[in-house]
Amino acid sequence: MENTLQSVPQNWYLLLSSFLFCIGVMGVLFRRNAIIILMCVELMLNSVNLLLVSYSSYAGNNDGQVFVFFIMVVAAAEVAVGLALLVSIFRNIASTDIDVLSKLKW
Amino acid sequence: MSQTIFYILASLSIISALFVVFSKIPIYSVLWLIVCFFTIAGHYVMLNAQFMAIVHIIVYAGAIMVLFLFTVMLLNLNKESEPHKRTYLKFAAILSAGVLFLTLLAAFKSTNLTPYQLPEVNEVGYIQNVGIKLFTDYLLPFEISSILFLSAMIGAVVLAKKEK
Repeated sequence: MENTLQSVPQNWYLLLSSFLFCIGVMGVLFRRNAIIILMCVELMLNSVNLLLVSYSSYAGNNDGQVFVFFIMVVAAAEVAVGLALLVSIFRNIASTDIDVLSKLKW
Repeated sequence: MSQTIFYILASLSIISALFVVFSKIPIYSVLWLIVCFFTIAGHYVMLNAQFMAIVHIIVYAGAIMVLFLFTVMLLNLNKESEPHKRTYLKFAAILSAGVLFLTLLAAFKSTNLTPYQLPEVNEVGYIQNVGIKLFTDYLLPFEISSILFLSAMIGAVVLAKKEK
């Protein structure tokens, strides 16, 4: 796969990851189920990871891959805490619908 | 050759990401997201970042998505009971995502990216090089991330515990 960098321009990765990011944004706005919204946040994090890895490969510098490693750590911690919050919310109101959770709205 | 593989992987990841958003049943969304993560791992292999591909599969498909699956099954959401947003809100969501994409496209078009001098041998993604970088330049953030993990674990246990 050594010739990927020569035959695929870097802009394509830029386009692909921005498109994936926009799909994630659309999912966050589109759905009402809080679990799906968390999954769409994961999708956005992944598109950024893809862009970082592609830049680090094209520039021949692996700082970006170390950043991707740390983003994965933060994403795993975020998912653990977020799902625990969802479980405790579900235990209280028996729903994961975000429109029900409007007590903090003013 | 690798252009064809890129096209196939890119279309697969976009299609599976769209299915994540538009699936009616939550468990299908989880499964499509796993497909999407595997295609992104394929992109990492194409970019010669094998360590990142393996870590991505282990962490995302192995840990995070299993957590999602367990939660979906635990909360018994495996049915089409989700009340959907009103139609104009859905339309507004799609429209705003499209506008964001157009804005990003316009920004990329007007940016002059500095062309890289492509390296002769691309070895930055090899596990040895990433490990050396991680344990020399980024040692302190690495240790702090372990503390972050520990606090997230404790927080998850405390939050999900049954209240007395």
